[in-house]
Amino acid sequence: MKVLVCISHVPDTTSKINFVENDSKFDTAGVQYIINPNDEFGLTRAMWLKEKEVAEVDVINVGGVETEPTLRKALAIGADKAIRVNTEAIDATQVAKEIVAVIQNNSYDLIIAGRESIDYNGGMVPGMIAAMLDISYVNNCVGLEIDGDKATAIREIDGGKETVTTNFPLVIGGQKGLVEESDLKIPNMRGIMMARKKPLEVIEPNGAAASSTTIKFEKLVPKGEVKLVDADNVDQLIELLHNEAKVI
Amino acid sequence: MSVLVYAESEGGQLKKVAFEVASYGKAVADQMGTEVIAVTFNVADADALGNYGVSKVMNITVDGNFDAKIYASGIQQAASEAAATVVVVSSSADSRYLTPLLAIGLEAGYVTNVVATPSSLSPFTVKRSAFTNKAFTQTEISSEIKIIGVSNNAFGLVENTTACTIEDFTPGITTSAITVESVDKATDKVTIADAEVVVSGGRGLKGPENWHLIEELASTLGAATACSKPVSDMGWRPHSEHVGQTGKPVASNLYIAIGVSGAIQHLAGINSSKVKVVINNDPEAPFFKAADYGIVGDAFEVVPELIEKLKAFKAQV
Repeated sequence: MKVLVCISHVPDTTSKINFVENDSKFDTAGVQYIINPNDEFGLTRAMWLKEKEVAEVDVINVGGVETEPTLRKALAIGADKAIRVNTEAIDATQVAKEIVAVIQNNSYDLIIAGRESIDYNGGMVPGMIAAMLDISYVNNCVGLEIDGDKATAIREIDGGKETVTTNFPLVIGGQKGLVEESDLKIPNMRGIMMARKKPLEVIEPNGAAASSTTIKFEKLVPKGEVKLVDADNVDQLIELLHNEAKVI
Repeated sequence: MSVLVYAESEGGQLKKVAFEVASYGKAVADQMGTEVIAVTFNVADADALGNYGVSKVMNITVDGNFDAKIYASGIQQAASEAAATVVVVSSSADSRYLTPLLAIGLEAGYVTNVVATPSSLSPFTVKRSAFTNKAFTQTEISSEIKIIGVSNNAFGLVENTTACTIEDFTPGITTSAITVESVDKATDKVTIADAEVVVSGGRGLKGPENWHLIEELASTLGAATACSKPVSDMGWRPHSEHVGQTGKPVASNLYIAIGVSGAIQHLAGINSSKVKVVINNDPEAPFFKAADYGIVGDAFEVVPELIEKLKAFKAQV
């Protein structure tokens, strides 16, 4: 089985979000980059496939040379090969088209992407890949079992879960639950050493067009001071929520 | 030219988000000088959409469970039939599942988490939240057809009585390779996605045996229950209740956090809530900087009193 895990290179969850150049660019100064958490759950799930069955796991990112340390980390975790499509990521349509071109040349059986990145929160790359290739797709996936040519996946729905069966090739929009947080693999020294020797292929883009562009960023408006209510005066909180905030 | 909205339903009944996307669609249609058409699935009585500005409903009848591919194909064909140049969808799990497929089918640019009506029609520009609610972007859509995913509770319901006709629409058949084996859904509980009020508990509650406090407060307010990441990581509560950057987003009218310190990742996930209340015994907890109202105190004393006083309050209004 050939597996492709799509890796988004995103600011660490604790990063301060600031913008530069007249609010047209994200300020990368002092920002640590990580594998997008939703992608990391998928990567670990792919590692389990590698341990249990014969699976070959590649990882892919669409981005500039600055994303290579993130791809190397994925190799250190255990991926066999990394692919970087050498172009700036503009929007989901463009990224999905570039990834589809790679899939078409490599016949992957399973493609795992996070349900969304934690920076742009678009949440559409996995679905777009499935639509362009006209193959099965399960989003918000919190469980995946494979039995021969059949896959059983659990999809989180609003207020519950849905269990579905389908065939391959298959695209998964993964998230926490696909594996547990405690199952995430931290690269060990041997993995890091081996990752240096593993292939990181840089391929040129096929020039896919974007359908949207971010033209400007805006920071949140700073909010006012908290109104403190005395612990002995819960009635006042109810009064404020009813008369001032008008939410109860 | 028209604005098409996908009005979601459950068990044949329109959901609140259906009226929210209709309200948003009407505002965009007014900007563009056109009408709003809604597409529904298996809704026998869609008249209520007329109260929110919809002038025509195209109802599709399908068998079986929700299927992203089949629904996306139906909406795509409805969009072509209606000559829609703007399609509006909600941020529900199902809408987020099917709309990327719809976007490819319509060769449309799709922008999610949109929080306001377009700031410009030409070029078509919308404001959306990004960096998990830590910032906004102004995003320009360049394709001929534009799809807008409206952020939950960002626009609200705007009544606008309109004469509304209802038609059956029969799209060409699509097949799907996905088979739904089972659906496990609590029907008696308010979901985090739909809730007006969310009550959330953190490590400060000391253990799962104390969750009756959260549940009782939630049931008093008709609220959904949620929890912080450490609580779900320790297995006190299911993952489906974890709200925050890597969990579920919350965009309720009122969010009450009890014993939650307010880590940056937690705050990111709940930032879209309109009013935030924190109850914590640590006055230094970061949540106090993000909240609108706060009580510094012991949750085990404050919450039972709050429940009792709220019950009395509810009884008199």
